[in-house]
Amino acid sequence: MIKDFTARLWKLGDDIDTDIIIPTEYLAFPTVEEMKGYAFSPLRPELAGMIRPGDCIVAGRNFGCGSSREQAPEVLKALGISCIVAGSFARIFFRNAINNGLLLIENADLHDAVQEGDVISVRANEYIEANGMRFGIASLPENLVEILDAGGLVKAMRHRNGVE
Amino acid sequence: MGMTIAEKIIAAAAGKSCVRAGDIETVTLDYMMSNDGTTHLTIDMYNKLVSPHISDKDKLIWIVDHNVPSDSVKTAASHKKMRDFARENDITLWEGRGVCHQIMMEHYVCPGQLIFGADSHTCAYGALGAFGTGVGCTDYLYAMVTGQSWLLVPPTLRFNLHGQLRDGVCARDLILSIIKMISASGASYKAMEFGGDGLASLSIADRICICNLCVEAGAKTGLMEVDDKALAYLEERGRVPKQVFAPDADASYEQVYEIDLEDIVPVVAKPHFVDNVVPASECRDVKIDEAFLGSCSNGRIEDLRAGAKVIKGRKVAPKVRFLVVPASKEVYIQAAEEGLLEIFMEAGAIVMNPNCSVCWGSCQGVIGAGETLISTGTRNFKGRAGSPDSFVYLASAPTVTASAVMGRIATADQL
Repeated sequence: MIKDFTARLWKLGDDIDTDIIIPTEYLAFPTVEEMKGYAFSPLRPELAGMIRPGDCIVAGRNFGCGSSREQAPEVLKALGISCIVAGSFARIFFRNAINNGLLLIENADLHDAVQEGDVISVRANEYIEANGMRFGIASLPENLVEILDAGGLVKAMRHRNGVE
Repeated sequence: MGMTIAEKIIAAAAGKSCVRAGDIETVTLDYMMSNDGTTHLTIDMYNKLVSPHISDKDKLIWIVDHNVPSDSVKTAASHKKMRDFARENDITLWEGRGVCHQIMMEHYVCPGQLIFGADSHTCAYGALGAFGTGVGCTDYLYAMVTGQSWLLVPPTLRFNLHGQLRDGVCARDLILSIIKMISASGASYKAMEFGGDGLASLSIADRICICNLCVEAGAKTGLMEVDDKALAYLEERGRVPKQVFAPDADASYEQVYEIDLEDIVPVVAKPHFVDNVVPASECRDVKIDEAFLGSCSNGRIEDLRAGAKVIKGRKVAPKVRFLVVPASKEVYIQAAEEGLLEIFMEAGAIVMNPNCSVCWGSCQGVIGAGETLISTGTRNFKGRAGSPDSFVYLASAPTVTASAVMGRIATADQL
């Protein structure tokens, strides 16, 4: 069960690649906590410091293209990003984000209708409301909802096995 | 209704007679490859599981290639974690002997297999008719523990290749031209399948380069039809196919493209995206600071021969660094035996040990603010090779080498 929520948004363009999300030179840091301050640094070095827990990202198409580095969704999760709404997602990033309990929503129209700093309301599996307009969203399959609810695939496996 | 190669491999891995694009299937994997980019994270997660076990250690291949030899104390620590875990759990570990995908091609990949790699360029394995796809470390962990995973059966884009490439035009030019045509997300979630009468003219090295870069169009995998050339490559290395799957004549494709190989010209992908492709002739005024010949895309013996042919008797331009990085120990020794390494070094190139090098912007050769690199690497994203304020152009081995000689972007026929 994904809860309804509102979020302040940060707006990014098309083709936000994994090397933008977290550049290679920071991958050697032992923890995601140490990396997260460098998220998006090639594009907007100030951004990571301005993101507050609960904020969301609204981007264009092909978000997360490139590397399979799982640190990409991990740093966004660590920054407290509540969800990413994009025109489309690259497939490896999509799996990695769900596996880390990071909600992704595909919508091609929202991007052009909002500005950075706007607040969106997400009604799970139904629509996103922004600036008085509603944008329909698809519902996620049950198995993915189970993973998101648990906070990621590893935690979902533990739930399923009755460990937690 | 028939099946594509991707559908046939997934059906076999799922124990079914037939699957269709859009189905979600639970599949059993043949190999699971992981490298030092993320294996330390997988180990951390594994150690947090309650009484974990490895499903089949013989299917795990671990390769230290991204930062080898280690370049910092932090890297040394993550390598040690990988090495220790591999030893304790009797997992095959390769270190310093090549780029992961090249080692997989030389020693493991067989037609019909389904292989996960914790690296996006795992799609290269389709050069030998195997379904390789990149995953993150959580998916890798799940596969490592269960031996299985789930896959959405991808729709397939079919590319019929006709004729042959002109002299001086390479597989790299072909796949960059295809990526430009369909865009960097044009094959998202899809398989790219290659066949046609033009396939026979492409070497295995060419095919690896093409399949390797399919992920730069968003593809889940790239797959070549298996022919005598592929079977001969396997036989030379003492391997036999798991199963050779040809697509059915009535297979269902999302789209079919007819590509005349003679139409392809030398191209470069300009900063900062892989589909920003133009004829190399349009970039002749771009000065370079560094050139890189290597990587899982173009670090094979054929690429080194092509580069050596261009640079023999010439010199690297003043103030330009030219890094030559054979993709594996096998390639390195072969290049040494053929005298290629001597040609490069006499010309002023720096010949490095087999590793991922500047292609992934770590370890060696990273470039500074304002600098420009021309590379046979996989990506030219902003900051990919070092400073966020640097510039990366992607091109074929001969174009990269000719550029190293000229100090600006050039094709071999301009020398």
